[in-house]
Amino acid sequence: MWTTEAHEKYRLKVREFAEAVLGPYAALMDEENHYPDHLVAKMNEFGLLGMTVEQKYGGTIVDTMTYIIAVEEVSRVCGSSGIILAAHNSLGCWPIYAFGTEEQKLRYLPEITTGGKLAAFGLTEPGAGSDAGATKTFAEKVDGGFKVNGTKCWITNGGSASTIIFTARTSHAPGAHSISSFIVKAGTKGFSAGKKENKLGLRGSDTRFLHFDDCFVSDCDLLGLAGSGFKQFMKTLDGGRISIAAMGLGLAQGAFDIAVKYAKQRQQFGQAIAEHQAVAFKLADMAAQIQAARHLVYHAAELKEAGIERFSKESAMAKLYASEVGNFVTYQAMMILGAEGYGQRYAVERMHRDVKLCEIGEGTSEIQRLVIARSIMKEVE
Amino acid sequence: MDFELGEDQILMRDAARDFAEKKLMPIAEKMDEEEKVPPEIYKELGELGYFGMLLPEKYGGLDLDTLSYACAMEELARGSAAVMLGLSVHNSLCCKAILDWGSDCLKDKYLPRMATGEVLGAYCLSEPGSGTDAGSLTCQAIEKDGHFILNGTKSWVTSAGFADLFVVFVSTERSLGPKGISCLLVEKGAKGLELGAKEKKMGLKPSDTRQVMFADCEVPVSNLIGERNQGFKIALSLLDGGRIGIASQAVGIAQAAFEEAYKYAHERIQFEQPIANFQAIQFKLADMALKIEAARLLTYSAAWKKDRIGREASKYCSMAKLFASEAANWVTNQAVQIHGGYGYVKEYAVERYFRDARVTEIYEGTSEAQRMVIFRNLGKK
Repeated sequence: MWTTEAHEKYRLKVREFAEAVLGPYAALMDEENHYPDHLVAKMNEFGLLGMTVEQKYGGTIVDTMTYIIAVEEVSRVCGSSGIILAAHNSLGCWPIYAFGTEEQKLRYLPEITTGGKLAAFGLTEPGAGSDAGATKTFAEKVDGGFKVNGTKCWITNGGSASTIIFTARTSHAPGAHSISSFIVKAGTKGFSAGKKENKLGLRGSDTRFLHFDDCFVSDCDLLGLAGSGFKQFMKTLDGGRISIAAMGLGLAQGAFDIAVKYAKQRQQFGQAIAEHQAVAFKLADMAAQIQAARHLVYHAAELKEAGIERFSKESAMAKLYASEVGNFVTYQAMMILGAEGYGQRYAVERMHRDVKLCEIGEGTSEIQRLVIARSIMKEVE
Repeated sequence: MDFELGEDQILMRDAARDFAEKKLMPIAEKMDEEEKVPPEIYKELGELGYFGMLLPEKYGGLDLDTLSYACAMEELARGSAAVMLGLSVHNSLCCKAILDWGSDCLKDKYLPRMATGEVLGAYCLSEPGSGTDAGSLTCQAIEKDGHFILNGTKSWVTSAGFADLFVVFVSTERSLGPKGISCLLVEKGAKGLELGAKEKKMGLKPSDTRQVMFADCEVPVSNLIGERNQGFKIALSLLDGGRIGIASQAVGIAQAAFEEAYKYAHERIQFEQPIANFQAIQFKLADMALKIEAARLLTYSAAWKKDRIGREASKYCSMAKLFASEAANWVTNQAVQIHGGYGYVKEYAVERYFRDARVTEIYEGTSEAQRMVIFRNLGKK
């Protein structure tokens, strides 16, 4: 495998944290559609909020594998916490760290890395989902900065983030080259978050529309060069997709662990149902697919860590496969639990609802296939 | 061979479709959120005869053939799977238990009021320790002074919270195992009958599912359905009709999800064109339509056979239920996928279809139980 002894030690530690601290709230946040505030503080204390950022900027940087293990293990217990971390670290913090000026890093990162505040990433719009280049949000150049108008949707941490990266057009020229990235703070005049979405799963995570209504952002809040927004978020997503893949993997593992335990305990026809071949083979397929997904996810993490410029194909493969495995495994776990799998005493039905997002967020499975197909075509040119 | 539905079937199908579109679809989202069905819906269904679909006219029923029944149930499920479920249990399990196996006295006493919906039935077979292995049930009835004294717990009882009459399977001769099971009628309000809390489920939220507990509950011996120790045979005889109901339900949910996805794919513009222009979406829709058509034909065929070859149709009823429920799961998952982010929130009906469809593979025999039935019937003529 790809992990060291230190990684596996860290896994045990973060698993213990997830089970003891997050686990008791996983069902409650699903029911109440609300994330308990004190859990963000607990995750911060554990060092989970600055995993992609150097100490110099308040971060608690770790290697990619350690970060991925953290998302995997947290998601194994609580999908909502998993996506909060994935969106915060990969999409919220990392772009500032990777593309920001020294001044921007020093100004914005400490608050969201170890300051206990969350970050968000506003890319998708009602009319620009898979077609992210169709962004309509517009940043008009004015004296000292930009006046922004537009709407973003499905923004994870949308209502809870203190700092938000978003994309907007800075010129009327069609195409991706007129898209730029900006940083905005919650509370800025003209910026507001819509109502909390009522979702199928990941109900602890706060998902909202973001509205810009003549919102002024200064020249200093432009992230990188004007017109480089599209290129930036493609890179951001390469990394982000590995964390969504880790979520799919963690949710699959969580459901699998419950299913194995149940199958060994549940007696029907005078024996444990795990003794029936139909159930045993299901478990075998689940285990094999989880392991295959883990290899793809860890391989992508290793490529990112090695500093390879683009690893789009491998990251898309990891996300595509791990999210589909997540869907399959959580569903099979429900089937193994029978009626109990459909009820909410066990976590598997929640995990099945949670994991469906992994096939949709940060590029649908269709987009991952597009990315993979394009890479393959280039390779044989 | 004639693949056209007859006049009777078309009449039932169109009437049910009309009711579903006018009365159920507009409130399906609200019913899901509030987890209840407005009483006037049941009243109207009662006036239209939907509580006595399989009862002869002399008891006030519609005396439908099984195929007409399947057509009606599919349409009702397309409108609301939860409302349809209550009808399925009432018609195919409770009314039929009394009609096919009850004494004239019981028939006269209950069936006319069941046909109107005045008396609603619930069916108590599963227990915490006895699901797929139904023959191992332990709920016990001991005869004493003209009464049976019931003790034990039934689980996953549909409509339990508002049912008037419970069809209960109990062990009357423990040493005989499945051959020592009897079927009893217990009225709501019987002393010693208690209801558990409403189960929290993934979907079918308006349907009221509970445990039903008996603690020294007294039932007159005259409430015995069929003969003593004939209960397991009765339960098995009812399964075929129940499974046709669930197969129809699965087809109805899948059809509804398909229609939403088809509509959305033509409305949603990405990359400057409707996403229905993309082959990846077209082929998904083609596969969805194909699976629904195959499921519907298997269901029609099983219903048609049931009226002609009786219990020899078991294999076909299980095939229809297994195939249709797997198809519904696949189709609803694809419908969410086609909707992208919009499929993950409750404003769009596909989110509900996804949750509702999952249980069709679990109740009235899991997919594993259907495969057992199919296998056991292979090689039989």
